[in-house]
Amino acid sequence: MDTSSSVRTETGQRRTGKRHGRRIRFAMPSNGSHWIAVWRRNYLVWRKLALASMFGNLADPMIYLFGLGFGLGLMVGHVAGVPYIDFLAAGTVASSVMMSATFEAMYSGFSRMHVQRTWEAIMHTPLTLGDIVIGEIAWAASKAVLSGAAIMVVAGALGYAHFPSMLFALPVIALAGLAFASLAMIVTALAPSYDFFMFYQTLVITPMLLLSGVFFPLDQLPAGVRHAALALPLAHAVELIRPAMLGRPMTAAPLHLAVLLAYAVASFLICSALFSRRMTR
Amino acid sequence: MPQNAIEFCDVQKRYGDKTVVDGLTFHVRAGECFGLLGPNGAGKTTTLKMLLGIAEPDAGTIVLAGESIPARARIARQRVGVVPQFDNLDPDFTVRENLLVFGRYFGLSASKTRAKVEPLLEFARLENKADARVAELSGGMKRRLTLARALINDPDVLVMDEPTTGLDPQARHLIWERLRSLLSRGKTIMLTTHFMEEAERLCDRLCIIEEGRKIAEGAPHALISQEIGCDVIEVYGAAPAALREELSPFAVHTEISGETLFCYVDDPGPVNARLAGRQGLRYLHRPANLEDVFLRLTGREMQE
Repeated sequence: MDTSSSVRTETGQRRTGKRHGRRIRFAMPSNGSHWIAVWRRNYLVWRKLALASMFGNLADPMIYLFGLGFGLGLMVGHVAGVPYIDFLAAGTVASSVMMSATFEAMYSGFSRMHVQRTWEAIMHTPLTLGDIVIGEIAWAASKAVLSGAAIMVVAGALGYAHFPSMLFALPVIALAGLAFASLAMIVTALAPSYDFFMFYQTLVITPMLLLSGVFFPLDQLPAGVRHAALALPLAHAVELIRPAMLGRPMTAAPLHLAVLLAYAVASFLICSALFSRRMTR
Repeated sequence: MPQNAIEFCDVQKRYGDKTVVDGLTFHVRAGECFGLLGPNGAGKTTTLKMLLGIAEPDAGTIVLAGESIPARARIARQRVGVVPQFDNLDPDFTVRENLLVFGRYFGLSASKTRAKVEPLLEFARLENKADARVAELSGGMKRRLTLARALINDPDVLVMDEPTTGLDPQARHLIWERLRSLLSRGKTIMLTTHFMEEAERLCDRLCIIEEGRKIAEGAPHALISQEIGCDVIEVYGAAPAALREELSPFAVHTEISGETLFCYVDDPGPVNARLAGRQGLRYLHRPANLEDVFLRLTGREMQE
């Protein structure tokens, strides 16, 4: 029998051939809709504290937007042909998408997986680990869309963003939410405890936040750093969201979308293999 | 429902170089209560994980509710309820919400689940706690809620990992009573336990495993008469080694565990006569029980 062929089992595990004597398994969803029950569980919990949660999610980016936008904006005046706060508004939307997806997938995801054992309870039902992973990623992305969209609405209402052109940013926000959620799920799958997340925050998230054109244009950076930044997903989210919010044509949109999509798919595959190793042995 | 609710045939599981389940074979008939006993680390929890299709066996075949595991575990789990060793109730929800949310995972509609909640709360004696948060419940209430949650899909088979560990005697007796009422309704129960009294009371048949291997199987009373077959006199309060020398001529067999001497006797008269009236000694003559079997088979002395 050919051991390298891919076998799909009813438990939602996709098995691939042996490598180094060990099978690599990917937790895969059992069908196209079971994950919704997992998403819905998180939604019901969130709904109980929706106001407080939204305030917590929005306060931080709004403070950045108004603080830096007005304060720093006074000194720098116009950037890329628009008032600094208009320039910053798009960056704030993109970075808040990254932050909410990341934090939900890491801290809240870890609580549900490890501390509360919620995942274990769900794995004892007809749902599979793959359903849970997809449901968690979709949920973290949903929260990211909510914060990104809320900041965009505020920016639009205050005249910092262009309507209706800014609506083109919504699908980008959703895709970026999926990419950042999946990426953070890799960290969750590897985490022995909450402390572990600090490494990802200080070594990946903070540098990415500062080097991706959120606060200043990418072309201010030396070429080497700029290229490094372009290997990360946030720069591509900014490159798509900013023209949409400023009412300008997007350049190289397919490339930016492809990078975000690649991050989402590759991170999902990696985290699903890691979760499979962690949860089903 | 097939005649056997669960079948394990020559199942093996290794983690690295360590074999944790080694050629395990047993079956659980539909409608019976089956116990899986063994010291800590014997492979009980791994066995349940494989049964539910969460861990994959390295060899052997498993059938649960007529479905081959792990290939069709998802379908089998539709008809199985699980009470895990560690509470994993949803702390973000109330008692009632825990049941409602769980019904969704089985694909039950909201109205169908809602209709089941009241009878299940009543079954679990939690009618007055329906809107309490999980954190407000006592240990016994949490276990009963976990049991009610495991019944939301009206399962044929209940799988329970140490269902009464950590509970006080009252709470434990209430769980036992609830489990017996489930058995009388025709449910199949497979449980692991450390409490020999629990196994003796509830289980129709049981299987004792050690280091992943089956070392005994049968009905509790059959195992007791087969492995021990006589009464026991426990003596404590004196140096057991010296006593053993004195009493062993009158016993079928003697064993020392910690500070206690166990004398297995067909006729308790001579041993009792020698112990009567001694200062500082306490002794107890009783019929043999499952604990004697368990300790005899897995060794009286601590293994850890």
